[in-house]
Amino acid sequence: MAPPRQTREVVVTGIGAVTPLGLGAATLHDRWAAGELGIVDGLAPCSAFDASEHLSLKESRRLDRFSQLAVVAADEAIAQAGWTGALPYDPTRVGCVIATGIGGQTTIESQVILMHERGERAVSPLGIPLYMPNAAAAAITIRHSLRGPSFGVVSACTSGAHAIGSAMRMIQYGDADAVVCGGAEASLTRFGIACFRSMQALSESGVSRPFDLRRDGFVMGEGAGVLVLEEREAARERGAEVLAELAGYGSTTDAHHITAPEPSGGPAARAIELALRDAGAAPEEVDYVNAHGTSTPLNDAAETAALKLALGEHARRVPISSTKSAIGHTLGAAGAVEAVATVRTLMTGVIAPTLGLEVPDPELDLDYVPGEARPLPPANGHRPLALSNSFAFGGHNVVLAIRRAAE
Amino acid sequence: MSVTTEQVESRVIETLASFGPDRSQITREATFEELDIDSLDLVELAQVVEDEYGVVLKGEDMKELRTVGDAIDLIVARAG
Repeated sequence: MAPPRQTREVVVTGIGAVTPLGLGAATLHDRWAAGELGIVDGLAPCSAFDASEHLSLKESRRLDRFSQLAVVAADEAIAQAGWTGALPYDPTRVGCVIATGIGGQTTIESQVILMHERGERAVSPLGIPLYMPNAAAAAITIRHSLRGPSFGVVSACTSGAHAIGSAMRMIQYGDADAVVCGGAEASLTRFGIACFRSMQALSESGVSRPFDLRRDGFVMGEGAGVLVLEEREAARERGAEVLAELAGYGSTTDAHHITAPEPSGGPAARAIELALRDAGAAPEEVDYVNAHGTSTPLNDAAETAALKLALGEHARRVPISSTKSAIGHTLGAAGAVEAVATVRTLMTGVIAPTLGLEVPDPELDLDYVPGEARPLPPANGHRPLALSNSFAFGGHNVVLAIRRAAE
Repeated sequence: MSVTTEQVESRVIETLASFGPDRSQITREATFEELDIDSLDLVELAQVVEDEYGVVLKGEDMKELRTVGDAIDLIVARAG
């Protein structure tokens, strides 16, 4: 391995989320910790989200639903960072990386139907600006006048985590002093659901119960998660409140199968090891793992294997829980939504449980926090550290290491 | 089929209002700039006009348009 670079450090100063549990980062974690579910009839839509409460008619008809969710989550994160009204940095030093697994699914579907019904000339000139996967990133840059590097990221269910990792590197390398980053997905359409159902990825029972013996697939969700990242010294100089430190990022690939995870968990374990090394942390320092935990038979087994490989004996001691047990799988948003939930876990000291986990799988023998929320265990000699895992169709693996902010 | 200026005016105002600006601000004298109506909006307006009146408005036609009245007059002239 190459020696670690001396790099600038990255802190989180704002978080925002729109999820099946409602609006807001705190809402997501509080309701999940209280055992509430955002899943209804086997799907997890953002039912509380009403675009007209946040966006003008002009704004909302220029944005596909995935971008609308991203813009509202970004507004929350940016307000929390204290940026509302005026950017604290030269705009050319502020970037924006917003991921999605698919892009504007609702737009693609409605425009294709329109084309079949009324011909090519009926297709909307807004089609491309609505459905392009970089539309959410572009919308946020326009709304907040961010003029540093910006783009979308696409890697299925690791998209959101890749966006955060890319943003972190952008700050560390010096290409930006702050980056608005995250992910968004809104593909609960007839075609979107049919495609996932056809490949038998979705739960037949309509229940998300990661790590349970009866798990039978994931529940499709939608949502957005956004974080404001800043270079530590710049954040300190402007007196920003630091919510957490983004301490490490690890990214690998299975190169095994287009949808099935590599069963040994080796490449995923390597991503965990890289994230810990990037954070300068030992496996024993991990106090909580926010699992990818999709509730599919293969993922939950491979993830368990990966945790054992990477953390050794400590894997049996560390509490592990899955946000997807409460809100289903938000696909390209998941990595970002779950990073937001992980930041809230470190801020509140409350580990939300893996909901629906009632019948243990004898093959999966780690502590998946069934039942009730519990306090974060006391950290001995280090600031609490959490991992947020994301694994994707395509074999992409991303792990973020997040540390509680210094007192 | 001939169309009246009133018919075109009413259809254009209704369409522009669906793009976002407040209906009360959409007068013949109002400029597209004031109404925050941009090139993408005008292409959408052209689609409606083509559907309704069979009048094809190209990019170069639209470039010259400054006010709502300009658009109405052009459509009426072409439809006639």
